Amino acid sequence: MNYGVVQFPGSNCDHDALFASALSTGSQSQLLWHKDTSIPAGIDCIIVPGGFSYGDYLRCGAIARFSPIMREVVTFANRGGLVMGICNGFQILTEAGLLPGVLLRNSSLNFVCKDVYLSVVNTSTPFTSTLTPQSVIRIPVAHGEGNYYATDDTIQELESNNRVIFRYSDPEGRVTEASNPNGSINNIAGIINARGNVLGMMPHPERYSDALLGCNDGHAIFESLELFTSSKSATVDLTTH
Amino acid sequence: MNTYHATITITLRKGILDVQGKTVEHALQATDFPMISHLRIGKYVELSIEAADVQSAKALVESACSKLIANPIMEDFSVEIHELHAENA
Repeated sequence: MNYGVVQFPGSNCDHDALFASALSTGSQSQLLWHKDTSIPAGIDCIIVPGGFSYGDYLRCGAIARFSPIMREVVTFANRGGLVMGICNGFQILTEAGLLPGVLLRNSSLNFVCKDVYLSVVNTSTPFTSTLTPQSVIRIPVAHGEGNYYATDDTIQELESNNRVIFRYSDPEGRVTEASNPNGSINNIAGIINARGNVLGMMPHPERYSDALLGCNDGHAIFESLELFTSSKSATVDLTTH
Repeated sequence: MNTYHATITITLRKGILDVQGKTVEHALQATDFPMISHLRIGKYVELSIEAADVQSAKALVESACSKLIANPIMEDFSVEIHELHAENA
Protein backbone atom coordinates (compact mmCIF):
# COMPACT_ATOMS: atom_id res chain seq x y z
CA MET A 1 0.00 0.00 0.00
CA ASN A 2 1.48 3.33 -1.05
CA TYR A 3 0.20 6.59 0.36
CA GLY A 4 1.01 10.11 -0.77
CA VAL A 5 0.49 12.97 1.67
CA VAL A 6 0.13 16.42 0.12
CA GLN A 7 2.14 19.16 1.79
CA PHE A 8 0.97 22.77 1.37
CA PRO A 9 2.45 25.84 3.00
CA GLY A 10 0.57 25.85 6.30
CA SER A 11 -0.18 22.12 6.47
CA ASN A 12 0.44 20.96 10.03
CA CYS A 13 -0.94 17.42 10.11
CA ASP A 14 1.15 16.23 7.17
CA HIS A 15 3.72 14.40 9.30
CA ASP A 16 1.04 12.84 11.52
CA ALA A 17 -0.68 11.54 8.38
CA LEU A 18 2.68 10.33 7.04
CA PHE A 19 3.34 8.47 10.31
CA ALA A 20 -0.15 7.01 10.70
CA SER A 21 -0.44 5.81 7.12
CA ALA A 22 2.88 3.96 7.26
CA LEU A 23 2.16 2.08 10.52
CA SER A 24 0.91 -1.15 8.97
CA THR A 25 3.41 -3.70 7.78
CA GLY A 26 3.80 -3.32 4.05
CA SER A 27 2.52 0.26 3.95
CA GLN A 28 4.67 3.13 2.83
CA SER A 29 3.98 6.80 2.74
CA GLN A 30 5.63 9.77 1.08
CA LEU A 31 5.14 13.51 1.02
CA LEU A 32 3.90 15.20 -2.16
CA TRP A 33 4.94 18.86 -2.49
CA HIS A 34 2.21 21.35 -3.42
CA LYS A 35 4.19 22.54 -6.43
CA ASP A 36 4.57 19.05 -7.88
CA THR A 37 2.99 18.64 -11.28
CA SER A 38 2.73 14.86 -11.22
CA ILE A 39 1.92 12.09 -8.79
CA PRO A 40 4.53 9.31 -8.52
CA ALA A 41 3.56 6.02 -10.12
CA GLY A 42 2.26 3.40 -7.73
CA ILE A 43 0.45 5.69 -5.29
CA ASP A 44 -2.76 4.00 -4.12
CA CYS A 45 -4.18 6.69 -1.88
CA ILE A 46 -3.62 10.42 -1.54
CA ILE A 47 -4.19 12.08 1.81
CA VAL A 48 -4.92 15.81 1.83
CA PRO A 49 -4.00 16.58 5.44
CA GLY A 50 -5.15 19.09 8.02
CA GLY A 51 -3.68 22.45 8.81
CA PHE A 52 -4.10 26.02 7.64
CA SER A 53 -3.06 25.84 4.00
CA TYR A 54 -2.10 29.28 2.71
CA GLY A 55 -3.03 30.72 6.09
CA ASP A 56 -6.72 29.99 5.44
CA TYR A 57 -6.66 33.27 3.50
CA LEU A 58 -9.93 34.26 1.82
CA ARG A 59 -11.66 30.98 2.81
CA CYS A 60 -10.34 27.70 4.17
CA GLY A 61 -9.00 25.66 1.26
CA ALA A 62 -9.77 28.30 -1.38
CA ILE A 63 -6.16 28.99 -2.38
CA ALA A 64 -4.83 25.43 -1.93
CA ARG A 65 -7.35 24.30 -4.49
CA PHE A 66 -5.33 26.12 -7.16
CA SER A 67 -1.99 24.51 -6.23
CA PRO A 68 -0.35 22.60 -9.10
CA ILE A 69 -0.62 19.34 -7.15
CA MET A 70 -4.40 19.73 -6.79
CA ARG A 71 -4.85 19.53 -10.54
CA GLU A 72 -3.14 16.15 -10.35
CA VAL A 73 -5.19 15.09 -7.32
CA VAL A 74 -8.41 15.88 -9.21
CA THR A 75 -7.20 13.86 -12.21
CA PHE A 76 -6.17 11.01 -9.88
CA ALA A 77 -9.60 11.02 -8.23
CA ASN A 78 -11.43 11.18 -11.55
CA ARG A 79 -9.53 8.05 -12.61
CA GLY A 80 -10.81 6.26 -9.51
CA GLY A 81 -7.80 6.77 -7.23
CA LEU A 82 -8.46 6.89 -3.50
CA VAL A 83 -8.37 10.36 -1.92
CA MET A 84 -8.95 11.21 1.72
CA GLY A 85 -9.26 14.81 2.93
CA ILE A 86 -8.95 15.37 6.66
CA CYS A 87 -10.05 18.64 8.29
CA ASN A 88 -8.45 21.37 6.14
CA GLY A 89 -8.08 18.60 3.54
CA PHE A 90 -11.87 18.15 3.58
CA GLN A 91 -12.28 21.92 3.13
CA ILE A 92 -9.86 21.83 0.17
CA LEU A 93 -11.74 18.94 -1.48
CA THR A 94 -15.03 20.86 -1.27
CA GLU A 95 -13.41 23.97 -2.75
CA ALA A 96 -11.92 21.80 -5.50
CA GLY A 97 -15.35 20.41 -6.31
CA LEU A 98 -14.41 16.80 -5.48
CA LEU A 99 -16.97 16.80 -2.68
CA PRO A 100 -20.21 18.80 -2.42
CA GLY A 101 -21.03 21.48 0.13
CA VAL A 102 -18.87 23.74 2.26
CA LEU A 103 -17.56 23.96 5.80
CA LEU A 104 -18.85 27.08 7.53
CA ARG A 105 -17.66 28.75 10.71
CA ASN A 106 -18.53 26.65 13.76
CA SER A 107 -21.93 27.66 15.10
CA SER A 108 -20.33 28.40 18.48
CA LEU A 109 -17.78 30.70 16.79
CA ASN A 110 -15.15 28.88 18.85
CA PHE A 111 -12.25 26.79 17.64
CA VAL A 112 -13.17 23.32 18.90
CA CYS A 113 -10.32 21.02 19.94
CA LYS A 114 -11.47 17.86 21.72
CA ASP A 115 -12.29 14.19 21.31
CA VAL A 116 -15.63 13.46 19.69
CA TYR A 117 -17.56 10.26 19.09
CA LEU A 118 -18.49 9.26 15.58
CA SER A 119 -21.29 6.94 14.65
CA VAL A 120 -20.13 4.88 11.68
CA VAL A 121 -22.97 5.10 9.18
CA ASN A 122 -21.69 3.34 6.06
CA THR A 123 -19.10 0.55 6.09
CA SER A 124 -19.46 -0.35 2.40
CA THR A 125 -16.61 1.94 1.39
CA PRO A 126 -12.88 1.44 0.86
CA PHE A 127 -12.31 3.70 3.90
CA THR A 128 -14.56 1.99 6.44
CA SER A 129 -14.87 -1.70 5.53
CA THR A 130 -13.10 -2.95 8.68
CA LEU A 131 -15.43 -0.96 10.93
CA THR A 132 -18.70 -2.35 12.27
CA PRO A 133 -21.89 -0.65 11.04
CA GLN A 134 -23.41 1.65 13.67
CA SER A 135 -20.31 1.25 15.84
CA VAL A 136 -18.87 4.27 17.60
CA ILE A 137 -15.28 5.44 17.33
CA ARG A 138 -13.50 8.15 19.29
CA ILE A 139 -11.52 10.61 17.16
CA PRO A 140 -10.25 14.14 17.90
CA VAL A 141 -11.47 17.27 16.13
CA ALA A 142 -9.57 20.56 15.95
CA HIS A 143 -11.19 23.17 13.76
CA GLY A 144 -12.86 26.56 13.60
CA GLU A 145 -14.71 25.94 10.34
CA GLY A 146 -16.23 22.47 10.44
CA ASN A 147 -19.90 23.28 10.19
CA TYR A 148 -20.95 21.22 7.19
CA TYR A 149 -23.47 22.98 4.99
CA ALA A 150 -24.99 22.12 1.63
CA THR A 151 -28.23 22.90 -0.17
CA ASP A 152 -31.31 20.89 0.74
CA ASP A 153 -31.05 18.99 -2.55
CA THR A 154 -27.45 18.04 -1.89
CA ILE A 155 -28.19 16.91 1.67
CA GLN A 156 -31.05 14.79 0.39
CA GLU A 157 -28.82 13.27 -2.27
CA LEU A 158 -26.13 12.47 0.30
CA GLU A 159 -28.61 10.95 2.74
CA SER A 160 -30.58 8.92 0.24
CA ASN A 161 -27.44 7.47 -1.35
CA ASN A 162 -25.80 6.52 1.95
CA ARG A 163 -22.99 8.99 1.36
CA VAL A 164 -22.85 10.27 4.90
CA ILE A 165 -20.10 8.09 6.36
CA PHE A 166 -19.71 9.47 9.91
CA ARG A 167 -22.03 11.43 12.20
CA TYR A 168 -21.16 13.14 15.46
CA SER A 169 -22.81 11.16 18.22
CA ASP A 170 -22.63 10.47 21.94
CA PRO A 171 -20.58 7.48 23.19
CA GLU A 172 -23.65 5.25 22.75
CA GLY A 173 -24.09 6.27 19.13
CA ARG A 174 -27.06 8.55 19.65
CA VAL A 175 -26.94 11.41 17.19
CA THR A 176 -27.88 14.38 19.34
CA GLU A 177 -27.58 18.14 19.16
CA ALA A 178 -25.37 18.07 22.25
CA SER A 179 -22.89 15.78 20.49
CA ASN A 180 -22.60 18.07 17.47
CA PRO A 181 -19.41 20.14 17.99
CA ASN A 182 -19.87 22.63 15.17
CA GLY A 183 -23.48 22.87 14.00
CA SER A 184 -23.14 20.59 10.97
CA ILE A 185 -26.40 19.71 9.23
CA ASN A 186 -27.59 16.25 10.36
CA ASN A 187 -24.43 15.96 12.54
CA ILE A 188 -22.44 15.21 9.39
CA ALA A 189 -18.76 14.57 10.18
CA GLY A 190 -17.69 12.84 6.97
CA ILE A 191 -19.03 12.26 3.48
CA ILE A 192 -18.00 10.39 0.35
CA ASN A 193 -18.36 11.25 -3.34
CA ALA A 194 -20.84 9.46 -5.60
CA ARG A 195 -18.20 7.14 -7.02
CA GLY A 196 -17.06 6.15 -3.54
CA ASN A 197 -13.34 6.92 -3.87
CA VAL A 198 -13.10 10.37 -2.26
CA LEU A 199 -13.74 10.77 1.47
CA GLY A 200 -13.78 14.01 3.41
CA MET A 201 -13.98 14.19 7.20
CA MET A 202 -13.38 16.89 9.79
CA PRO A 203 -12.13 14.60 12.62
CA HIS A 204 -8.50 13.46 12.60
CA PRO A 205 -8.11 9.64 12.41
CA GLU A 206 -4.35 10.03 11.99
CA ARG A 207 -4.10 11.47 15.50
CA TYR A 208 -5.60 8.31 17.02
CA SER A 209 -3.86 5.66 14.99
CA ASP A 210 -1.40 4.24 17.50
CA ALA A 211 -2.32 2.71 20.87
CA LEU A 212 0.60 4.60 22.41
CA LEU A 213 -1.44 7.75 21.87
CA GLY A 214 -4.16 6.43 24.17
CA CYS A 215 -6.56 5.46 21.39
CA ASN A 216 -6.15 3.88 17.99
CA ASP A 217 -9.72 3.99 16.71
CA GLY A 218 -8.52 5.88 13.64
CA HIS A 219 -6.26 3.05 12.51
CA ALA A 220 -9.26 1.11 11.19
CA ILE A 221 -9.58 3.62 8.35
CA PHE A 222 -6.03 2.91 7.20
CA GLU A 223 -6.61 -0.84 7.65
CA SER A 224 -9.72 -0.58 5.50
CA LEU A 225 -7.78 1.20 2.75
CA GLU A 226 -5.07 -1.45 2.89
CA LEU A 227 -7.59 -4.29 2.77
CA PHE A 228 -9.31 -2.68 -0.19
CA THR A 229 -6.08 -2.10 -2.07
CA SER A 230 -4.74 -5.61 -1.44
CA SER A 231 -7.96 -7.29 -2.51
CA LYS A 232 -8.80 -5.22 -5.56
CA SER A 233 -7.15 -2.92 -7.99
CA ALA A 234 -6.23 0.49 -6.63
CA THR A 235 -9.11 2.12 -8.41
CA VAL A 236 -12.69 2.02 -7.32
CA ASP A 237 -16.03 2.29 -8.93
CA LEU A 238 -18.84 2.00 -6.45
CA THR A 239 -21.52 3.42 -8.69
CA THR A 240 -23.22 0.03 -8.74
CA HIS A 241 -23.49 -0.08 -4.93
CA MET B 1 -7.83 49.59 -22.61
CA ASN B 2 -9.05 51.42 -19.54
CA THR B 3 -8.22 50.91 -15.93
CA TYR B 4 -11.15 50.41 -13.61
CA HIS B 5 -11.43 50.16 -9.88
CA ALA B 6 -13.70 47.43 -8.59
CA THR B 7 -15.17 47.05 -5.13
CA ILE B 8 -16.64 43.73 -4.12
CA THR B 9 -18.88 43.05 -1.15
CA ILE B 10 -19.28 39.45 -0.04
CA THR B 11 -21.82 38.23 2.50
CA LEU B 12 -23.10 34.85 3.54
CA ARG B 13 -26.06 33.85 1.41
CA LYS B 14 -29.49 34.68 2.70
CA GLY B 15 -30.77 31.64 4.53
CA ILE B 16 -27.40 30.74 6.00
CA LEU B 17 -27.24 31.70 9.65
CA ASP B 18 -24.51 34.32 10.11
CA VAL B 19 -23.53 33.44 13.66
CA GLN B 20 -20.91 36.17 13.81
CA GLY B 21 -23.43 38.79 12.66
CA LYS B 22 -26.02 37.49 15.15
CA THR B 23 -23.54 37.69 18.02
CA VAL B 24 -22.62 41.30 17.20
CA GLU B 25 -26.29 42.18 16.73
CA HIS B 26 -27.20 40.74 20.13
CA ALA B 27 -24.33 42.60 21.78
CA LEU B 28 -25.50 45.87 20.24
CA GLN B 29 -29.12 45.25 21.19
CA ALA B 30 -28.05 44.50 24.76
CA THR B 31 -26.32 47.88 25.05
CA ASP B 32 -27.58 51.15 23.57
CA PHE B 33 -28.87 49.94 20.22
CA PRO B 34 -32.10 47.94 20.55
CA MET B 35 -33.20 49.54 17.27
CA ILE B 36 -30.57 47.63 15.27
CA SER B 37 -31.45 44.35 13.56
CA HIS B 38 -30.58 42.14 10.58
CA LEU B 39 -26.86 42.68 11.06
CA ARG B 40 -24.70 40.61 8.74
CA ILE B 41 -20.92 40.54 8.51
CA GLY B 42 -19.11 40.05 5.23
CA LYS B 43 -15.89 40.75 3.39
CA TYR B 44 -14.75 43.68 1.31
CA VAL B 45 -12.34 43.31 -1.61
CA GLU B 46 -11.05 46.02 -3.93
CA LEU B 47 -8.92 45.66 -7.03
CA SER B 48 -7.85 47.34 -10.24
CA ILE B 49 -8.61 45.82 -13.61
CA GLU B 50 -7.77 46.57 -17.24
CA ALA B 51 -10.70 46.18 -19.58
CA ALA B 52 -12.18 47.62 -22.74
CA ASP B 53 -15.25 49.06 -21.04
CA VAL B 54 -17.29 49.01 -17.85
CA GLN B 55 -19.38 46.06 -18.96
CA SER B 56 -16.43 43.81 -19.69
CA ALA B 57 -14.68 44.93 -16.49
CA LYS B 58 -17.75 43.93 -14.52
CA ALA B 59 -18.05 40.61 -16.33
CA LEU B 60 -14.39 39.80 -15.64
CA VAL B 61 -14.64 40.68 -11.95
CA GLU B 62 -17.82 38.65 -11.58
CA SER B 63 -16.07 35.72 -13.21
CA ALA B 64 -13.15 36.09 -10.76
CA CYS B 65 -15.65 36.20 -7.91
CA SER B 66 -17.34 33.00 -9.05
CA LYS B 67 -14.02 31.22 -9.53
CA LEU B 68 -12.15 32.23 -6.38
CA ILE B 69 -13.05 35.43 -4.55
CA ALA B 70 -16.42 34.11 -3.35
CA ASN B 71 -17.85 30.62 -2.94
CA PRO B 72 -21.32 30.71 -4.53
CA ILE B 73 -22.45 27.76 -2.41
CA MET B 74 -22.34 29.89 0.71
CA GLU B 75 -21.74 33.49 -0.35
CA ASP B 76 -23.43 36.25 -2.33
CA PHE B 77 -21.34 39.00 -3.85
CA SER B 78 -21.97 42.37 -5.43
CA VAL B 79 -19.57 44.24 -7.69
CA GLU B 80 -19.26 47.96 -8.31
CA ILE B 81 -17.02 49.30 -11.05
CA HIS B 82 -15.52 52.81 -11.07
CA GLU B 83 -13.44 54.18 -13.92
CA LEU B 84 -9.97 55.31 -12.81
CA HIS B 85 -8.56 56.80 -16.02
CA ALA B 86 -8.82 56.11 -19.71
CA GLU B 87 -5.88 55.41 -21.98
CA ASN B 88 -5.98 55.51 -25.77
CA ALA B 89 -9.45 56.86 -25.48
